[in-house]
Amino acid sequence: MSGTRAPLRYLILIGAGFVMLYPLLWMLGGAFKPNAEIFQSIGLFPAHPTLEGFTRGWRTGTEFSFATYLANTFRIVIPKVILTVVSSVLVAYGFTRFNVRGSRVLFALLIATVLLPKSVLLIPQYLMFREFGWLDTFLPLYVPSAFATDGFFVFMLVQFLRSVPPEMEEAAVMDGCNSFQVLVHVVLPVILPAVISVALFQFMWTMNDFLGPLIYVSSVEHYPAALALKLSIDVTESTAWNEILAMSTIALLPSVLVFFLAQKYFVEGATAGSVKG
Amino acid sequence: MIYANARSGWLYLAPFLVGLAVFTAFPFVASLLLSFSDYRLQDSLEDARYIGLAHYVAMAGDRTFHKSLGVTFLYVFVTVPLKLATALGIAMLLNFRLRGIGFFRTAFYLPSILGGSVAIAVVWRYAFAGDGLVNQAIGWFGAGPVNWLGEPGYAMASVMLLRLWQFGSAMVIFLAGLKGIPQDLCEAARLDGAGHWQLLRRITLPLLTPVIFFNFVMQVIQAFQEFNGPYIITAGGPLKSTYLLPLMIYEEAFKYFDVGYASALSWLLFLIVGIFSALAFRSSKYWVFYSAERETPR
Repeated sequence: MSGTRAPLRYLILIGAGFVMLYPLLWMLGGAFKPNAEIFQSIGLFPAHPTLEGFTRGWRTGTEFSFATYLANTFRIVIPKVILTVVSSVLVAYGFTRFNVRGSRVLFALLIATVLLPKSVLLIPQYLMFREFGWLDTFLPLYVPSAFATDGFFVFMLVQFLRSVPPEMEEAAVMDGCNSFQVLVHVVLPVILPAVISVALFQFMWTMNDFLGPLIYVSSVEHYPAALALKLSIDVTESTAWNEILAMSTIALLPSVLVFFLAQKYFVEGATAGSVKG
Repeated sequence: MIYANARSGWLYLAPFLVGLAVFTAFPFVASLLLSFSDYRLQDSLEDARYIGLAHYVAMAGDRTFHKSLGVTFLYVFVTVPLKLATALGIAMLLNFRLRGIGFFRTAFYLPSILGGSVAIAVVWRYAFAGDGLVNQAIGWFGAGPVNWLGEPGYAMASVMLLRLWQFGSAMVIFLAGLKGIPQDLCEAARLDGAGHWQLLRRITLPLLTPVIFFNFVMQVIQAFQEFNGPYIITAGGPLKSTYLLPLMIYEEAFKYFDVGYASALSWLLFLIVGIFSALAFRSSKYWVFYSAERETPR
């Protein structure tokens, strides 16, 4: 493309980038402002910076501090990510390395589950977990992940595995490895970038999940950060914005950190399913 | 490497088979059965009575449902094209040797990673509140304050803007697609005297159709399922103007305990999404060019 229009390009990109990042920066600035200042100025930098929003927000209006809610979030996220990675890798390996009759039909069903709106499963799943006695526990939120229920991740890994040349695996079998040993010692190191992408996406999606906890978690002591935030806007309606912006900042912090540390894996993961496929 | 031993193949697929049966197929059928019943959340399952198509008939006369269906279509039909156009436009601007491309890509991609969270929805609610960021910003340009969350049209716009703000995920996929377009093809066209516009219409867009198709299908499906934004920002209001179907399904089941009706609504949503997916796949053979055709222009 011609270089003469480069300034116009930059102008549009800078303008758009500014608009895109402003809400995040406004949140961050607002978290350090005294409450009254948020309404008075649109500026990012607090004129009278204060940690009041963080200290008071952290205490929350409940009997628990925000630390409890963050800990609950991780008590959901960590098992869910681990179970997702293990089950997705096993299933994707089964789909790509074995001559199983009917596997094409099964793979089509897997794609169908990706396209299926989840709300059609929501109510019977709730009734099922109620029968199990799992309400107000974290089990309904992560146990299904042990069974490769997030088909998108299996799909991503299958696309990746199909592009891996077979020579190394064949050599390992010649040396007497069984299929599981080949998976762990030969395949896994090769597909590690894709596995990391799966873990990161599931991390983000679970951090963002709201409807799941909303339905299954009822007692405040089990609330993850997402529910605690919703509770706080219901309770402190329009009074203490800085506290809520501060807690929103903290709730987003793990995701932002992970994103900046591993941006490359997000981009690779996002494009794996679509462009190669 | 393909192992001959099918039995261990089944072993690896076992988690998926169990998950498919227990957490997908069974609930899928169960929700259809529930939609034919008068079951309420607090009842024992044995008391559920078969009432045929009564819930589906009731939908025809349910004003709230008509409103919800209408705003759901409005939401999907406005946000999906706008989001795809923005994603494609910005991807084209970025597909260029340019200083600071990493920064721009991050700035545009980050919101799509965070945008589904409660924290962002909360920020949105405050940003669009009476004396929030958005009114301060337009006031700076001399425009009067707008009652964003209090008036139906504006409330819908606020909720839609949150989805548009997350165009980054579609953008990175477009960007990867653009990088996959062979440069020699563009060179050849340019040597033959093709201008920017012709290059875009005759080469870039046709070669990008598989990626456009993928993004389109995924965006439509996701938009039909939006819950967090409208639930937190506007709670479906004012006057049900942002009461998307997933919100109605949730409230019918877990607020009014009418599980039967909620199940019928969820099946209707499934049918709508299913019909759209089927239409998209059917139509794809008329406008999506896969790599076999890609070779012919050379």
